[in-house]
Amino acid sequence: MAQVSSIADEQSSKSITLRIARFNPEKDTKKQFMEFTVPYEKWTTVLEAILDVKKHFDHSVAVRYSCRQATCGSCGMIINGKPRLACFTKISELDSNVITVEPMNNFPIIRDLAVKFERLFDTHHKIKPYLDRDDTELESDAKEFMQSPEELEQYIQFANCIKCGLCNSACPTMATDSSFVGPQALAQAYRYVADSRDKGKDSRLKIIDDSHGIWRCHFAGSCSQVCPKGVDPAMGIQLLRGYMLGFRS
Amino acid sequence: MRESTIMKIHYGTALAAVALVAVHILMRMTMGFADSLEYETVLANYKFIPYAIMLELILILLSVHGFNGLRVILLELKQGPAYEKAVSYGCLAAMFALIAYGSRTIIMTNMGMV
Repeated sequence: MAQVSSIADEQSSKSITLRIARFNPEKDTKKQFMEFTVPYEKWTTVLEAILDVKKHFDHSVAVRYSCRQATCGSCGMIINGKPRLACFTKISELDSNVITVEPMNNFPIIRDLAVKFERLFDTHHKIKPYLDRDDTELESDAKEFMQSPEELEQYIQFANCIKCGLCNSACPTMATDSSFVGPQALAQAYRYVADSRDKGKDSRLKIIDDSHGIWRCHFAGSCSQVCPKGVDPAMGIQLLRGYMLGFRS
Repeated sequence: MRESTIMKIHYGTALAAVALVAVHILMRMTMGFADSLEYETVLANYKFIPYAIMLELILILLSVHGFNGLRVILLELKQGPAYEKAVSYGCLAAMFALIAYGSRTIIMTNMGMV
């Protein structure tokens, strides 16, 4: 027993300084950072460290999280300057003794690390994120929509989007153009346009063919770089442009 | 006009302008740079109709491409219906004004009015 506790002591001897951005838009005029010394293990994630702070130091730190396994997309934030999922980022892989966590860029802040997702959900909803066709499997004698593995290959990568908003947070156009549709919605537009079961290609292309639509993308590629699910919105946008310019049908 | 149509024009004018400007530079390389800028040489260029037509085309292509580029930059700078309308019509008016002024110079010189 004594041996076990000494191993535990040895393991928890490592610690980092966690700098958490604190901002309440109702009271504060600018963001401030609070520093906490947090013990960590090889497998400790940034989210666990933040929850540790909430448990032992300051319960008022506002953070949004849910699944803790990079599936729900709730805990997106800027970690050491880069948009990442806190539950998917291990402290040990950051290779730094100081870890700074801030709310995502290009999103209005609710408080501390929690941001508003209205714009992301609005733009996502705008591109009709569902199969659009006249017939449905509910009609008599209709069967499931058959699809070959090759047809599935066309869009499956883009179907992995978890709506975490990291791509929108990294997008430079989102920072300056408040009406820009954004990489998340554009990648989802491609996901449905490329789906062989979908018949709403023309209406979707019309929606994004706007003065603040697909053409405002500068192809910085930062959206693809930060995506934790490998969706590659930048590629989706370029493939969509192929449809717009008549290179793809 | 749909944004995709505008952007097709944008890309098309860029490609065409690159080709014509390359021809223009090659033509200028037939003589020394200083000689090329001589007043009489410039007038002679304008009076040579095929070359004058090419210069007019370059003027149109670069104006269309340039002012659409400016429109895009200004649209990203700030948003709002009134602002966007002003930017779009402003750029269109400036484009026509520049083309008209440049064409006037080419036509007047070509007709021997200068």
